[in-house]
Amino acid sequence: MTVGKAIRAGLEQKLAADPAVILLGEDIRDPYGGAFRVTQGLSAKFPDRVFNTPISEAATAGLAAGLALRGMKPVLEMMFGDFVALAADQIINHIAKFRWMYNGAVGVPLVVRLPMGGRRGYGPTHSQSLEAMFFNTPGLRVVAPSHRHDAAALIAAAIDDSDPVLFVEGKLLYATAMSADSPTFAVTTSDPPYPAVLLSNAAGGTPDVTVVTYGATLTLIERTMAAILNDEEVTCEVVALSQIAPLDAELIGESVSRSGRLLVAEEGPRSWGWGAEVVARVAERWGHKLKARPARVAALDLPVPASRPLEDYVLPSEAEVRKAVRELMLG
Amino acid sequence: MASTSAPALYEKMFLIRAFEERVRELFAKGDLSGTTHPCVGQEATAVGVVAALEPGDIVTSTHRGHGHFLAYTDDPDGLMAELMGKATGVCGGRGGSQHLHADGFYTNGITGGMAAVGTGMAFAEKLAGSGRLVASFLGEGALAQGVVCEAMNLAALWELPILYALENNLYAMSTRIEKSLAGGVLDRARALAMECRSIEVDDVMAVRAAAADACHVVREQSRPFLLEMKTYRFQGHSLNDDCSYRDRDEEAEWLGRDPLARLGNRLDAGERAAIEQRCHERIERAIAAAHAAPEQDQADIGAALWQA
Repeated sequence: MTVGKAIRAGLEQKLAADPAVILLGEDIRDPYGGAFRVTQGLSAKFPDRVFNTPISEAATAGLAAGLALRGMKPVLEMMFGDFVALAADQIINHIAKFRWMYNGAVGVPLVVRLPMGGRRGYGPTHSQSLEAMFFNTPGLRVVAPSHRHDAAALIAAAIDDSDPVLFVEGKLLYATAMSADSPTFAVTTSDPPYPAVLLSNAAGGTPDVTVVTYGATLTLIERTMAAILNDEEVTCEVVALSQIAPLDAELIGESVSRSGRLLVAEEGPRSWGWGAEVVARVAERWGHKLKARPARVAALDLPVPASRPLEDYVLPSEAEVRKAVRELMLG
Repeated sequence: MASTSAPALYEKMFLIRAFEERVRELFAKGDLSGTTHPCVGQEATAVGVVAALEPGDIVTSTHRGHGHFLAYTDDPDGLMAELMGKATGVCGGRGGSQHLHADGFYTNGITGGMAAVGTGMAFAEKLAGSGRLVASFLGEGALAQGVVCEAMNLAALWELPILYALENNLYAMSTRIEKSLAGGVLDRARALAMECRSIEVDDVMAVRAAAADACHVVREQSRPFLLEMKTYRFQGHSLNDDCSYRDRDEEAEWLGRDPLARLGNRLDAGERAAIEQRCHERIERAIAAAHAAPEQDQADIGAALWQA
């Protein structure tokens, strides 16, 4: 099953189980079924629970907030995650604030689904990883499946969450097979609702490097680290978080305590990114365990270009991961 | 809601006026910090609209929301303690003047934002078949916000039970409506085939009647309604505003139409004095209780960011 179909299965399961769940978004009803077809078939099964909205991201985010404040559990799809910028006020100044500023008297249980990321040639306004804009708004949970997570369980957990969740879906994952088994890594998963996946090719030994990542970037990391093991005999543990904000760095710290080397990989721009916070948190608490200066692999601090070779140049690549690991091993 | 008799409406309006005047004095004394957006002059819109609601109906409000809050909750104690940042405030001192919630009452400090949230609440009530409606207060300045245009489009399209209770006080801070809004207020609704009406606010009973007619359409037909209420704030946008941009003759004309004074003059003098005395006493009790109330415990500041 692909990650896209797993998300659909999770949505379907929650629609069937909980009458408070409704779906909102642009062109999400059949026959279109959403720009990435994630909701395809759901309006046929739940004709009164799936709503096509006008092109009004700000108002539909407000709509979702009002629905959630009055007992519903709306799931709002942004056609492209980039469009969440249009809804930023509702998310930051309304949705993230209500529970706390009303002193706990209300909750805002909603999910905003955000197809994020590039490598499909869609250009500067349809390829970004804008989740970083929301990491430092207290009150928002940001969750991202990878292909090693159970994406159906994750979206179901987000819908069951009593607090707002931004659900970041790497676009490349929609067509990627979802599997908790890897031919090259031992895979373990931590506790729900938002487990981390730990992948190791250290075969029970001490890993050389800890790689921390999330979402679609895990595919790049798995591919590259498997090749690096072959070519250079460098082993690793990969920590792929599903709850990327707020950041619980415990598992990262445990792995870094074993390896002594940290690489953080993400698809968003390098500066002020997720990796910056991960590195800071590790440095603050586990800095004495580090044998080498921590490394980051991320996009260049540029918009994402439409041209394929230019896009490949701007977004993080296998070559950059290899270079970062080599430098880590040199200390 | 409760009684809609002239004395009852006068009492609600007077409570709001006297509350806002005391808030201004408390700021001057240094007993309150931050700022406030006084609704002096606009009491009749708050009281008239809320008096047209049924129990369980929902109100969303704005930065200038004290009047709406008091009309809806009749809780000067909770509001005064909130303004003083005390633990007994309706939001434990976290929200302050612009971020209030009690029962079905919700405000936020972003212009126009709650029009969208209120529209979502109306959608929820429609889906639940509750028969409740949402009265969403907004100012004429909010009509320039994209999210308000989007929300009204959705409400009209999906036939949501929401009354957009638009207080047109002519000024968005210092910017007069002619400088911020092309076309007319009601033209917005007409373009969406939304029911609408404009009234001059000089009589709270007339506001209540117009709001009741509008609510009837909203509730019985499950359709949105835009009610424009032409009113005037007698004071500045916030404390830091001397109204240098307004014409003194214009101010005098509107002061002469003060709905509070007009209704008060129609009441029996003894009854009026008793009402005013009662309001003053309630407010002084609220102030004394808020002063005596405990501060929020800073150790609890992280509570309720997430559900426990």
